Amino acid sequence: MKINVRLFARLREQLGDSVQCECPEGATVAALTDQLASKGDSWAQLKSQEILCAVNQQQVSGEHRLADNDEVAFFPPVTGG
Amino acid sequence: MISVQKEDFDVAALYQALQQNPSSGAVVTFTGLVRDLNLGTAVNALFIEHYPGMTERALSDIASQAKLRWPINDVAVVHRVGRLEVNQQIVFVGVNSAHRQAAFDACEFIMDYLKTSAPFWKKELSDQGEQWLEQRESDRLASKRWS
Repeated sequence: MKINVRLFARLREQLGDSVQCECPEGATVAALTDQLASKGDSWAQLKSQEILCAVNQQQVSGEHRLADNDEVAFFPPVTGG
Repeated sequence: MISVQKEDFDVAALYQALQQNPSSGAVVTFTGLVRDLNLGTAVNALFIEHYPGMTERALSDIASQAKLRWPINDVAVVHRVGRLEVNQQIVFVGVNSAHRQAAFDACEFIMDYLKTSAPFWKKELSDQGEQWLEQRESDRLASKRWS
Protein backbone atom coordinates (compact mmCIF):
# COMPACT_ATOMS: atom_id res chain seq x y z
CA MET A 1 0.00 0.00 0.00
CA LYS A 2 1.03 3.58 -0.63
CA ILE A 3 1.87 5.87 2.31
CA ASN A 4 2.56 9.60 2.07
CA VAL A 5 5.12 10.63 4.66
CA ARG A 6 5.44 14.28 5.69
CA LEU A 7 8.13 15.82 7.84
CA PHE A 8 8.17 19.05 9.83
CA ALA A 9 10.59 21.52 11.46
CA ARG A 10 14.17 20.21 11.77
CA LEU A 11 13.17 16.83 10.31
CA ARG A 12 11.88 18.60 7.18
CA GLU A 13 15.11 20.58 6.85
CA GLN A 14 17.26 17.46 7.19
CA LEU A 15 15.16 14.89 5.30
CA GLY A 16 12.89 16.85 2.95
CA ASP A 17 9.21 17.89 2.97
CA SER A 18 7.73 14.54 2.04
CA VAL A 19 8.44 11.08 0.73
CA GLN A 20 6.27 8.32 -0.76
CA CYS A 21 6.59 4.84 0.74
CA GLU A 22 5.40 1.40 -0.26
CA CYS A 23 4.42 -0.66 2.81
CA PRO A 24 3.11 -4.22 3.18
CA GLU A 25 -0.63 -4.52 3.93
CA GLY A 26 -1.43 -4.04 7.64
CA ALA A 27 1.91 -2.41 8.47
CA THR A 28 2.06 -0.44 11.70
CA VAL A 29 3.55 3.01 12.30
CA ALA A 30 6.46 1.29 14.09
CA ALA A 31 7.14 -0.85 10.99
CA LEU A 32 7.06 2.22 8.74
CA THR A 33 9.43 4.00 11.13
CA ASP A 34 11.87 1.05 10.94
CA GLN A 35 11.61 1.04 7.16
CA LEU A 36 12.39 4.77 6.97
CA ALA A 37 15.16 4.55 9.58
CA SER A 38 16.93 1.97 7.41
CA LYS A 39 17.32 4.58 4.63
CA GLY A 40 20.46 5.93 6.30
CA ASP A 41 22.02 8.03 9.02
CA SER A 42 19.78 11.05 9.52
CA TRP A 43 16.65 8.94 8.95
CA ALA A 44 17.53 6.87 12.05
CA GLN A 45 16.46 9.80 14.26
CA LEU A 46 12.80 9.00 13.44
CA LYS A 47 13.18 6.14 15.95
CA SER A 48 14.05 8.57 18.74
CA GLN A 49 11.64 8.49 21.70
CA GLU A 50 10.91 12.19 21.38
CA ILE A 51 9.75 12.11 17.74
CA LEU A 52 5.95 12.27 17.44
CA CYS A 53 3.78 10.76 14.75
CA ALA A 54 0.35 11.66 13.35
CA VAL A 55 -1.72 9.64 10.91
CA ASN A 56 -4.22 11.64 8.87
CA GLN A 57 -3.57 14.55 11.23
CA GLN A 58 -4.33 12.69 14.47
CA GLN A 59 -1.48 11.84 16.85
CA VAL A 60 -0.98 8.08 17.17
CA SER A 61 1.39 5.59 18.82
CA GLY A 62 3.61 2.97 17.16
CA GLU A 63 0.99 0.20 17.23
CA HIS A 64 -1.38 2.15 14.98
CA ARG A 65 -2.17 0.17 11.78
CA LEU A 66 -1.80 2.03 8.51
CA ALA A 67 -4.19 1.98 5.54
CA ASP A 68 -3.58 2.64 1.86
CA ASN A 69 -3.00 6.34 1.09
CA ASP A 70 -2.60 7.36 4.73
CA GLU A 71 -0.77 10.60 5.41
CA VAL A 72 1.84 9.96 8.09
CA ALA A 73 3.65 12.92 9.66
CA PHE A 74 6.77 12.79 11.82
CA PHE A 75 7.76 15.79 13.90
CA PRO A 76 9.76 16.92 16.96
CA PRO A 77 7.99 18.04 20.17
CA VAL A 78 5.89 21.13 19.45
CA THR A 79 6.97 24.61 20.55
CA GLY A 80 4.13 26.98 19.66
CA GLY A 81 2.43 29.63 21.74
CA MET B 1 -13.27 31.17 16.58
CA ILE B 2 -10.01 29.50 15.56
CA SER B 3 -7.54 31.09 13.15
CA VAL B 4 -4.00 30.26 12.02
CA GLN B 5 -2.69 33.14 9.97
CA LYS B 6 0.35 35.08 8.76
CA GLU B 7 -1.30 38.46 9.33
CA ASP B 8 -1.25 40.34 12.63
CA PHE B 9 -4.45 40.41 14.71
CA ASP B 10 -6.37 43.22 16.40
CA VAL B 11 -6.80 42.48 20.13
CA ALA B 12 -9.46 45.20 20.50
CA ALA B 13 -11.61 43.64 17.76
CA LEU B 14 -11.17 40.13 19.23
CA TYR B 15 -12.08 41.43 22.68
CA GLN B 16 -15.15 43.25 21.38
CA ALA B 17 -16.41 40.05 19.74
CA LEU B 18 -16.10 38.26 23.12
CA GLN B 19 -17.77 41.19 24.90
CA GLN B 20 -20.91 40.87 22.75
CA ASN B 21 -22.25 37.79 24.59
CA PRO B 22 -24.98 39.07 27.00
CA SER B 23 -24.69 36.06 29.35
CA SER B 24 -20.99 36.72 29.94
CA GLY B 25 -19.88 38.63 33.02
CA ALA B 26 -16.16 38.15 32.38
CA VAL B 27 -13.73 38.18 29.46
CA VAL B 28 -10.19 36.89 29.99
CA THR B 29 -7.61 37.34 27.24
CA PHE B 30 -3.96 36.38 26.82
CA THR B 31 -1.56 37.69 24.17
CA GLY B 32 1.86 36.11 23.56
CA LEU B 33 4.66 38.24 22.07
CA VAL B 34 8.11 37.67 20.57
CA ARG B 35 10.65 38.32 23.35
CA ASP B 36 14.10 39.76 22.61
CA LEU B 37 15.99 37.35 24.88
CA ASN B 38 15.64 33.57 25.11
CA LEU B 39 17.90 31.46 27.38
CA GLY B 40 20.58 34.14 27.21
CA THR B 41 20.49 34.56 23.42
CA ALA B 42 19.57 37.92 21.86
CA VAL B 43 16.76 37.05 19.44
CA ASN B 44 16.21 39.05 16.23
CA ALA B 45 13.08 37.25 15.06
CA LEU B 46 11.18 33.96 15.12
CA PHE B 47 10.05 31.74 12.30
CA ILE B 48 6.96 29.68 13.12
CA GLU B 49 6.16 26.58 11.09
CA HIS B 50 2.96 24.57 11.44
CA TYR B 51 1.14 21.55 10.02
CA PRO B 52 -1.76 23.06 8.05
CA GLY B 53 -5.00 21.22 8.76
CA MET B 54 -3.78 19.39 11.85
CA THR B 55 -3.06 22.69 13.58
CA GLU B 56 -6.61 23.96 13.18
CA ARG B 57 -7.98 20.56 14.26
CA ALA B 58 -5.74 20.50 17.36
CA LEU B 59 -6.79 24.04 18.37
CA SER B 60 -10.50 23.19 17.89
CA ASP B 61 -10.02 20.06 20.03
CA ILE B 62 -8.40 22.09 22.81
CA ALA B 63 -11.23 24.66 22.71
CA SER B 64 -13.83 21.85 22.87
CA GLN B 65 -12.07 20.26 25.85
CA ALA B 66 -12.08 23.62 27.65
CA LYS B 67 -15.83 23.95 27.01
CA LEU B 68 -16.42 20.49 28.51
CA ARG B 69 -14.39 21.30 31.64
CA TRP B 70 -15.63 24.80 32.47
CA PRO B 71 -18.90 26.70 32.11
CA ILE B 72 -17.55 29.09 29.48
CA ASN B 73 -19.38 30.62 26.53
CA ASP B 74 -17.02 31.46 23.65
CA VAL B 75 -13.39 30.73 22.86
CA ALA B 76 -11.18 32.64 20.42
CA VAL B 77 -7.71 31.36 19.48
CA VAL B 78 -5.52 33.12 16.92
CA HIS B 79 -1.98 31.91 16.21
CA ARG B 80 0.39 33.48 13.71
CA VAL B 81 2.87 31.63 11.49
CA GLY B 82 5.81 32.70 9.35
CA ARG B 83 8.47 35.25 10.28
CA LEU B 84 7.73 37.40 13.36
CA GLU B 85 9.95 40.22 14.62
CA VAL B 86 10.74 41.05 18.26
CA ASN B 87 7.74 42.55 20.08
CA GLN B 88 5.23 41.33 17.48
CA GLN B 89 2.16 39.37 18.54
CA ILE B 90 2.28 35.56 18.22
CA VAL B 91 -0.85 34.19 19.83
CA PHE B 92 -4.19 35.31 21.27
CA VAL B 93 -6.51 33.32 23.52
CA GLY B 94 -9.78 34.85 24.70
CA VAL B 95 -12.55 33.26 26.76
CA ASN B 96 -15.82 34.65 28.10
CA SER B 97 -17.97 33.20 30.88
CA ALA B 98 -20.66 34.14 33.38
CA HIS B 99 -18.10 34.39 36.22
CA ARG B 100 -14.38 35.12 36.06
CA GLN B 101 -12.81 31.97 37.53
CA ALA B 102 -13.96 29.68 34.70
CA ALA B 103 -12.61 32.12 32.10
CA PHE B 104 -9.23 32.48 33.90
CA ASP B 105 -8.83 28.70 34.24
CA ALA B 106 -9.96 27.90 30.68
CA CYS B 107 -7.64 30.54 29.23
CA GLU B 108 -4.63 29.06 31.07
CA PHE B 109 -5.64 25.51 30.13
CA ILE B 110 -5.91 26.43 26.45
CA MET B 111 -2.47 28.11 26.44
CA ASP B 112 -0.85 25.21 28.34
CA TYR B 113 -2.34 22.61 25.99
CA LEU B 114 -1.58 24.66 22.89
CA LYS B 115 2.10 24.77 23.86
CA THR B 116 2.38 20.99 24.20
CA SER B 117 -0.10 19.61 21.67
CA ALA B 118 -0.72 21.98 18.73
CA PRO B 119 1.72 21.31 15.86
CA PHE B 120 3.66 24.58 15.75
CA TRP B 121 7.46 24.80 15.79
CA LYS B 122 9.51 27.91 16.53
CA LYS B 123 12.88 28.64 15.00
CA GLU B 124 14.91 31.36 16.63
CA LEU B 125 16.82 33.76 14.36
CA SER B 126 19.77 35.45 16.07
CA ASP B 127 23.22 36.82 15.20
CA GLN B 128 24.54 33.31 15.96
CA GLY B 129 22.34 31.83 13.23
CA GLU B 130 19.10 29.84 13.20
CA GLN B 131 18.02 27.34 15.79
CA TRP B 132 14.87 25.25 16.30
CA LEU B 133 13.64 25.63 19.87
CA GLU B 134 13.35 22.64 22.21
CA GLN B 135 10.16 22.04 24.20
CA ARG B 136 10.59 23.29 27.75
CA GLU B 137 10.16 21.04 30.77
CA SER B 138 8.20 23.86 32.47
CA ASP B 139 5.69 23.80 29.58
CA ARG B 140 5.32 20.02 29.84
CA LEU B 141 4.67 20.33 33.58
CA ALA B 142 2.20 23.19 33.09
CA SER B 143 0.21 21.05 30.68
CA LYS B 144 0.28 17.98 32.97
CA ARG B 145 -1.26 19.80 35.91
CA TRP B 146 -4.63 19.76 34.11
CA SER B 147 -4.76 15.97 33.61
